[in-house]
Amino acid sequence: MPSSLLWAVDVYGRVYSLSTAGQQWEHCRDAHLEFKRVTAVQQCCWSIACDHNIYLYVHASEVPIRYQEETYENQRWNPVDGFSDRLLPSDRWQWSDITGLKHQPLGDFQLPSENWEWEADWYIDENFGGEPTEKGGWTYAIDFPATYTKDKKWNSCVRRRRWIRYRRYKAQDTWVKIPSEQTESLPDPFNDITCGGWEITEEPRGCLALWAVSLQGKVWFRCDINHHNPEGSVWEEVPVPGEVVQISCGPGDLVWAVLWEGHLLVREGVGRDCLKGSSWVTVESPSPGVGVVHVAVGVNVVWAVTKDHKVWFRRGVNSHNPCGSGWIGMVGEMVMINVGLSDQVWAIGFEDRAVYFRQGVTASELSGKAWKVVSVPRDSERSHSSASASSLQSAGCFFGGEVRLQSQASMLSDADAETERAGGEVVPTPEIGDAPKPRIPKVTSDSFISELVSDREGQISRCDVPPAGPSIPEEDHPEKELEDRASPAQVLSPSQSGGVDPQWSNVDLEEAQTHLTSGPGGDAAETSSLSSVATYNLALEEPYGLDEPPKWAWVSGGGCLVECHTQLNWFNSSTSTALNSSMQAMSLSITPAQTAAWRKQIFEQLSERSKREMENFMHYEQAIEQSVWVKKGTMQWWRDWKPHKWVDVQFALEQFSGVEGNKDGILFIYYTFNDEKKYLHMFINEVTILVPVLNDSKHTFAIYTAERTKQRWPMRLAAATELEMHDWLALLSVSCCDSRGIQGPPSKQAIWSVTCKGDIFVSEPTKELEASPYPTPCAQISLGVVWGIGYDHTAWVHTGGYGGGFFQGLASSTDNIYTQTDVKSVYIYENQRWNPVTGYTNRGLPTDRYMWSNASGLKECTKNNTKPPSPNWTWVSDWTIDYAVPGGTDREGWQYAADFPASYHGNKTLKDFVRRRRWARKCKLTTTGPWQEVPPIPLSDITILPCGPKSTVEQVSLWAISNKGDILCRLGVTSLTPGSSSNYGSSWLHVGTDQPFKSISIGAVHQVWAIAKDGSAFYRGSVSAQNPAGDCWYHIPSPTGQKLKQVSVGRTSVYTVDENGNLWYRHGVTPSYPQGSSWEHISNNVRKVSVGPLDQVWVIADKVQGSHSLSCGTVCRRLGVLPMEPKGHSWDYGIGGGWDHITVRGNAMEAPRIVMPSLTDNQTATRPLQTSNQPEMNGNPVGC
Amino acid sequence: MADDKDVLRDVWFGRIPACFTLSPEETTEREAEPYYLLLPRVSYLTLVTDKVKKHFLRVMKAEDSTEMWFEYEGTPLKWHYPIGVLFDLHASNTALPWNVTVHFKNFPEHDLLHCTSNSVIEAHFMSCIKEADALKHKGQVINDMQKKDHKQLWMGLQNDKFDQFWAMNRKLMEYPTDEGGFRYIPFRMYQTMGERPFIQKLFRPVSPEGHTLTLGDLLKELFPAAICAEDEPKRFQVMIHGIEPLLETPIQWLSEHLSHPDNFLHISIIPAPSD
Repeated sequence: MPSSLLWAVDVYGRVYSLSTAGQQWEHCRDAHLEFKRVTAVQQCCWSIACDHNIYLYVHASEVPIRYQEETYENQRWNPVDGFSDRLLPSDRWQWSDITGLKHQPLGDFQLPSENWEWEADWYIDENFGGEPTEKGGWTYAIDFPATYTKDKKWNSCVRRRRWIRYRRYKAQDTWVKIPSEQTESLPDPFNDITCGGWEITEEPRGCLALWAVSLQGKVWFRCDINHHNPEGSVWEEVPVPGEVVQISCGPGDLVWAVLWEGHLLVREGVGRDCLKGSSWVTVESPSPGVGVVHVAVGVNVVWAVTKDHKVWFRRGVNSHNPCGSGWIGMVGEMVMINVGLSDQVWAIGFEDRAVYFRQGVTASELSGKAWKVVSVPRDSERSHSSASASSLQSAGCFFGGEVRLQSQASMLSDADAETERAGGEVVPTPEIGDAPKPRIPKVTSDSFISELVSDREGQISRCDVPPAGPSIPEEDHPEKELEDRASPAQVLSPSQSGGVDPQWSNVDLEEAQTHLTSGPGGDAAETSSLSSVATYNLALEEPYGLDEPPKWAWVSGGGCLVECHTQLNWFNSSTSTALNSSMQAMSLSITPAQTAAWRKQIFEQLSERSKREMENFMHYEQAIEQSVWVKKGTMQWWRDWKPHKWVDVQFALEQFSGVEGNKDGILFIYYTFNDEKKYLHMFINEVTILVPVLNDSKHTFAIYTAERTKQRWPMRLAAATELEMHDWLALLSVSCCDSRGIQGPPSKQAIWSVTCKGDIFVSEPTKELEASPYPTPCAQISLGVVWGIGYDHTAWVHTGGYGGGFFQGLASSTDNIYTQTDVKSVYIYENQRWNPVTGYTNRGLPTDRYMWSNASGLKECTKNNTKPPSPNWTWVSDWTIDYAVPGGTDREGWQYAADFPASYHGNKTLKDFVRRRRWARKCKLTTTGPWQEVPPIPLSDITILPCGPKSTVEQVSLWAISNKGDILCRLGVTSLTPGSSSNYGSSWLHVGTDQPFKSISIGAVHQVWAIAKDGSAFYRGSVSAQNPAGDCWYHIPSPTGQKLKQVSVGRTSVYTVDENGNLWYRHGVTPSYPQGSSWEHISNNVRKVSVGPLDQVWVIADKVQGSHSLSCGTVCRRLGVLPMEPKGHSWDYGIGGGWDHITVRGNAMEAPRIVMPSLTDNQTATRPLQTSNQPEMNGNPVGC
Repeated sequence: MADDKDVLRDVWFGRIPACFTLSPEETTEREAEPYYLLLPRVSYLTLVTDKVKKHFLRVMKAEDSTEMWFEYEGTPLKWHYPIGVLFDLHASNTALPWNVTVHFKNFPEHDLLHCTSNSVIEAHFMSCIKEADALKHKGQVINDMQKKDHKQLWMGLQNDKFDQFWAMNRKLMEYPTDEGGFRYIPFRMYQTMGERPFIQKLFRPVSPEGHTLTLGDLLKELFPAAICAEDEPKRFQVMIHGIEPLLETPIQWLSEHLSHPDNFLHISIIPAPSD
C-alpha cells in the first residue's frame, strides 16, 4: 500500500503532515504563512491561511497536470484564391471553437493563473479520428457545419483544421495562493473550508467539491475543480437559512454544516450533475440545549462534537438518507473531529490537544472501537521545543486561528512578558455571567499569528531579549510558577460561578475590528463569540516542559489511506524513531525484519545445529518410517459420460515417496455406477493444471492432464465448502510441485497467464505448471522482471516469492509476500421497453430479456441476487448508476436502442423502443501474494523489453500507460536480482502525447508501439537504451475501418488486435524503416496477442471448437514461426476457456521443440458458458 | 534469501542421534546391544521408540516386559516433554550421540507419567494444542476445527508428515493483522534446577504502548538472571530447538516459527558451560 499523508495544524498555525509510512510529523517548510484550517484529499490539500486567503498544495506527480487547449482554423474555397481565410459573412469566424459559435483566435488564449505554463507553441493536430491526414491536418466538408472527411472531394467547399496547445500546471509541492478574483462579492474572509466529493464523479473527470464558510456565516462553493483544473474557477455563494460556522463535505454526496445556534444543516440533492446540491434540511443538535460546534462527514458516517466536547455518531446515514436517523453518544472529549478515507476518524482531544485516531472503524462497524492517540514526534522536535517553552503559554489563544490582540510590538520581542500578562489578565477578569463562557481577552486577527508565534521568529526574538535567553530550565521555571499562581486564582475568580473554566474562543470579524481599535487594554472586556468551533481551556493547561507533546489545532485525514488491516506505527512512543524511519526508507522489498540480525542468527544457528546433530549420524535409523499418506474426502464429481451430472464421490490423494526420494501421488475417485463400486485414478505427475472454476452454486475446480487437455474435458470436482476446496487445491498444487521437484519461485522463462477470474498461473516452458494466486488481469515479464496490473489499475511488481492467498503458510514463502487488495466493479443492466401508453416501463415483451440482466441479457441479475465474482470478494459499495458506458448515456444513465440486442446510444431518438442502463457495484478483494504495489500512478497497460536469455543485465525498458491514458516510461528498472527492489525502478518519466492511449508494447530492439484510445497506432522514434524515452511519435494508419485495441511487439514482429477481434501483422518492418508499410490480416476471433522475444505468437482466442462445446478465452499458439517466416502458417490450440491474458515475453527458449509439449500440456480452465448464445459453430474458429 | 518457511522445515526435521542402552539393573537372557536411532526433536520419546522397545524385549524375559521408561545420567526423562526439550535441558553441550538409558523395572512414579499407549500421548498433545489456542485465540480456532482436522494434526506428527501437519497448523498460527500478534504467547520456560517444572505465564506479544515485545522482554519479566550485562560472563543459555536466538528476536515471530507442534514455545534455560 502506498504511503499517504495525514495533515494537521498545530496551535501556532504550523502545518505538519504525517506519512502512513513515516514516524514523525514533517513540518511543511514551504509554508511561510501560518494556517488555521487544512482540508486534504489524496491529490492535494486546501487551506485557509491566517491572511484569510485560500491556499492550495498540489502533490507533485510523475504525470503532470496538462490541459489541452484547442481551436479550429476555418477556411472556404473560392474560385480565385482556392481555399483561403476569406469566409462568407454568414460563416463562422476564421478561428473558432469546434461548434463555430465562439470566436477564439490563437492569441486570445491566456493561462488561467500564474501557476500554469505553456508546454510548447501551437501546432496542428494531424490526427483525424485515429487516422493521419497527411495534408496539414485539413479536413473537408461541403459547408459549415457538416461532416468532415480527411479527403478533399469535388464538392468540398470548406475545410478546417485543429490547432492544439498544452498548458501544464507547474505549482506542485508548494502552497499557492488562490487568487480571490471576486473581492467585491467576498466581503468577509473565510473561516472554514472542506474538500470532498471525489467519489461522485469517476476518473478521469476527477471533480472535487470545495466548500467554504465565511466569517459572516455565508457558504461558498468553488466551481469547476477537476483533474485538469486543480484550482477551480470561481466561488459561488450558496444561500443558507442561517449563519454557518463550520462545514464538512465527504468523499461522496454528504455535506453537513453547523449553524451558529448549534443546529446542523444537511445538503440535499448533491449528485453527479449537481455537486453543489439543491437544498438544506435542518437536523437538531444531539443534546438539547448544547449545540453542535463541529461536524465531520464521510461516505456513510457523520460525527459531531457538541459544545460540551462530547462526541456523537449519527446512525443510519447513507446516500438515500443523508440525514440519518439518530445520534449515539460516543466516548471521549474532543474539540474537533475529521473523517478521512474509508470513513476513518481523526480527532483532536479536548484535554491534551493530541491527535486521536479512531481504531477499529470498518465497513461493518463504522463507529469504531476506541480512540488511540497518535504519538509521534515532530521533525526537528528539539529545535522547536525550546521555542515552545517560551511561547507555548501564549499559544493557547492562537489555537484554531484565534489570536488575542496584544500590543504587537511588545509581544514580538518578549514572549515571556506576554505570557505573564496573559495570565495576569485572565485572573482578574470580572465577569457578568450572561454568556455561557466567561469573557476572555482575544481577537480574531490571524495575520497576527505569523508575526507572533512563528517559531523562526520566536527564536530570533528570544535571542534578542536576554531574559528569555537560550537557557531553557530558567525559562520553564517562571512559567510554572506563573501557572501555579494563576490556576488557583482562576478557580476563585467570580467568573467561574457561571459554570466552566475560562475558555478561549473565536470572535467574528466585527468584534475583531473593534478589538483592533480598542488597543491592547480593551481586549479584556471582549465578549467571546460562540462561533468558535474549538475552545481552549487555559486552566487545565499543564506547564510545558521540553518533552511536552505538540498541541494540535486541526487535523485532516481526507488524504490519508488507512484500512483496518494496515498497521500503523504511529502509536508507539517516540523511541528510536530516527532509526526506524531510516530503516523504512532503506528498501522497498526488504523489510527490516528480514534484514534483522536476529533472523539471520536463527537461520545460521539452525543450519549449524542440523549439521552438528545430523551430519555424522545420517546412517542412523529414522525413528519414524516414511509411509504412504492418504488424504480422503467427499466431493462431487461431474460425470464424464452422459447424462452429465454431479455425483457424490470419495476423493483420495495418496502420497508416497518415489524412487529418487521425489514424492509422488495418485488421485482416486471412488464412485458408484449401477450399484457397482468403481474408481478412477490420475497420477499427480500427469496433472498439468489445477483451476478453481467459477460457479455460482458450488465450489468447483478442474484438473487437467495432457490427455484431458486434448479432449477438452477436464476432471471437474466440487467441494462442499470454499475452505475445503482451497485446502485441496493447495495440497494438490504442492503435490504436483513435489512430484516434479519444483520449488521456489518461477523461472525467468516462465509463461504467465491470467484467468478471467484474475488468478495468475505460471507455466514453466519445460513441462509443468504451477497454480499460484492472484489477482491481476495484466502482467508483463522480461528478464525475470514481472509487473502486473490489478483491476483497480494498481501496478504490482512480482517479488520473486511464491504462494500467498490460500497457499498461505503451506506452500508459500513468507517473505516477499505482501497484502494485496484489488477493487473492481460488477455490472448489471436494467432494461426497459417503451410502450405507447406508459412510456418506458420495466414491463417487457414476453420474448424480451430479463428486466434486470447481465450484459448479454440472458441471465437474470437483480440487485439482490448478484454476488461478487467469488467468495473472496466482498462488496464495498452500494449499487450506483454507471455513466461511463461505451456509447454514452443520458443524464439518468440510460442508453437507447431500437431493440434488444442492438447497439446502444446515449440519446433518445424516435426509432428507439428499448433502453437500458448499467449499474455498477464495487467489490474488493484482500489477499496475499508475492506482489508488491507500485504507487502511486494507476496503470492500464504495461510492457517490458523482451530479451533473449543471453542478454546482459542492464536497465530494462519498461513503458506503461496510466489509467488516464498518459504514456510513462519507467526509469531505473534493472533485473540484477529478480524479486529485489531493483525490479521496482525509481520513477516514472512522462512521455508527452496528444491523446490518451490504451495499449503499448516494446520490442526487443526498443521498438515502441502504442495504440491510442481512438484506435490509431503510433510508433515511437529513436528509443534506445541511452535514450529510453525516444523523441517523437509517428502516426501509423490503422487497417481500413478498424480501430485497433492492443499491440504486441516481439523481436521484429508487430501484431495488433482490433476491436472486432481481428489479428493484424505489420508488413515491411525493417531496421531502417521500423514503422513498416501495411497491415496483413492473420486471423479473427482473437482477444489478446502476446509476441515473444523470438517472435513466438500466442493469442487468447474466442470461439474455439472443443470436443464438447465452443470455448472462449482459449490459449493458442502460432505454428511455423521461423526467422524468415515470422507470420507462421497455422494455429495450435491449447485448451479450455477462461483465459484472459497471456504473456510469453519472458520465454526466450530457443528450441521450439521443448516449448511444444508445454503448449498442449499447458492450458486450462473451464468456462464454456459464455458462448452459449452462439449455438452455431463458426467453423474453424481461429485461423485464416 | 532464506525463507521463514525454511525455519519451519528445519524445526520440523530436526533430529537428535541417540544411543539407547539397556540399564544394567535389568536382567537379560543375553547381552543387549545398544540401539541407535535418529529421534525427531519435535516428537515424544514414547511415540518414536517402538523399535527400541522391540529391540530390547528380544533379550528380556517376557515377564519383565512392563512399561519402558528412559533415563539420562540419573534423571528420568519425562516423555510428555518434546524430545528436543529433554535434550536441550539435560544434554546440550555434551557429545553426540545422546546416551539414553532404557529401563523396564522400578518405574519412577514420582517423576514420570505413565504412558500405556499412543492414545495417552495423543490426548496430551491435543490438550497442549487446545491450551495453546486458548491462549492465542481464546480457543476459537481449534474449536472451529472438525474432529478430522484434529486427527490430521496428530497424524501429521505421528507419521512425521510436515505438509499434512502444517496444512492444518497454519490456521492455528493466524492472527488478526491489526492486533500484531496472538492474544497471549503460549510458552513454557524450563530450567533444570527449578522447584517448579516450568514457568508459564500470560504474556502478550505487543506491549500496551504498541511495542513489539522480544525474547529479551520475556526473560526480563520471568527470568531476569538469564539476561547478563555486556561485561558479565554469560551465566545461562536460553535454548529453543538447540539454538540460542538473539534477545531482540520478536516473541511473536518465535511463537509462529519456533513453536513445537503442540503450539507451545518451549524455552530451556540451562547453565552456561563453564569453559
